Amino acid sequence: MWHDILLKVLKANQIRLVAYVPDRVLTPLISALAADDFFTVVSPSREEEAVGIVAGAWMGGTRGVVLMQTSGFATLPNVLASLAVPYQIPVLMVVSERGTLGEFNIGQAMVCRTMRPVLECLGIENHTIARDDELQFIADKTIQQAFLTLAPACLILSPLLTSPRPKGETR
Amino acid sequence: MSAGESAPGNRASSKVMNRADLCKRLVARLKSDEAVIGGIGNTNFDLWAAGQRPQNFYMLGSMGLACPIALGVAMAQQHRRVIGIEGDGSILMQLGSLGTIAAQAQKNLIIVILDNGTYQITGGQPTLTSRGADIVAIARGAGLAQSAWACDEKDFEARIDIALTADGPWLIAVRTDDKPPTGQTERNPSRIRDRFMQGLGVIH
Repeated sequence: MWHDILLKVLKANQIRLVAYVPDRVLTPLISALAADDFFTVVSPSREEEAVGIVAGAWMGGTRGVVLMQTSGFATLPNVLASLAVPYQIPVLMVVSERGTLGEFNIGQAMVCRTMRPVLECLGIENHTIARDDELQFIADKTIQQAFLTLAPACLILSPLLTSPRPKGETR
Repeated sequence: MSAGESAPGNRASSKVMNRADLCKRLVARLKSDEAVIGGIGNTNFDLWAAGQRPQNFYMLGSMGLACPIALGVAMAQQHRRVIGIEGDGSILMQLGSLGTIAAQAQKNLIIVILDNGTYQITGGQPTLTSRGADIVAIARGAGLAQSAWACDEKDFEARIDIALTADGPWLIAVRTDDKPPTGQTERNPSRIRDRFMQGLGVIH
C-alpha cells in the first residue's frame, strides 16, 4: 500500500519528526507513523505551526516532515516565502490532494487550483505522485534532493494513488 | 511549589519595563549556550542589540512562529534549554502553539512574552492585550500551568533562573514600554541560519 512505501522511504531518509494536521486520506499513514517508535509525531493546530516546528527541528539536527491536505497548504505561502525558502531550510511537505477527480466541495476545488502556482512561483520542487510503482523513487529522490540542496520540497499525493481500489490491483 | 505554579500574577499590577533592558538581563543569565529564537520586529531588534550570540536565531518574517520554531529546536536538542521570545501581537496570531507546547510537555522550553499592548512596529495600533486579553491566562487555559507575569525586573530574573534549571515548559510574560528598539538585525537569512546551526553544533 502507498502508506507502507512512504513510511519506509521516510525512515530510510532518517526523517524522525512528523508534524501533521489531520486528513482522512492520510489516516493510515498517520496511524502507522504514530505506532512506530522511530518517529516522533506531533499534531499542531495549524499547518504554519507545523512548518515552524519542522524548520526548528532541522536547525537543531532532526529531519522532519509536514503532513497536510490541500486546503492546509493554502495557508502556507507566508511561512514558505519568509522562512523555509530564504533561510534555505529543507522543510519536506506531503500533501494529500483534495479538490480534484471527484471533489464534491467547491471550496476545496478552488483551493486546489492555487497549490501548484504557489509552489511554482516560490521555486519549490514538487511532484505529484499517481502510481504505486513510482512512489518509492519519486519520494526518495525528492527527499534526498531537498536535504542536499537545502530547499523545501512538496510531494503531492494524487487521489489516483490514495483512493481505495480492489485488492491486488495496482496503478 | 515552583515559582511558575505559585500564582499567575496580574498584568495590570505588573511594572511596565523596558524591552531592551529585559533582553540584556536575559542574555546576561545565559551561561550554557542556550538557544534563543527571537520573534519578528522589535523583539528581535532588542535581542540583537543585547549581543549577537551564535545561538540566537533572528526571524525576518513568519510572524507568530517564534514559539513553534523554538519547540522544534527544543525537541531536536533535548539537552539544551531553548527560549522563544515573542511579542504580544505575534503570539496572538498563533495561540494554538501554546496548546501544542503544553501537549508536548517540552521540559527544556521557555517562552518569554514581551507585552507592550501595541503593534508598535506597524504604527502603534492597539493589540487585544490592551483590551483585556491576558496572555498568561490564555497560556494557562491552553495547559501551560507554569505561566506567570513577572512583576518587575528582579522577579523576571528570578523566574528566568528557575526556568533555566527546573523542568518546563515555562511561560514568563512581562509588560514593556513603547521605547524604540536599540538596534536592528542583519538581513541575510542564510547567514543567520548557518551561524545559528553552527552555534548549536549541527552540521548539515
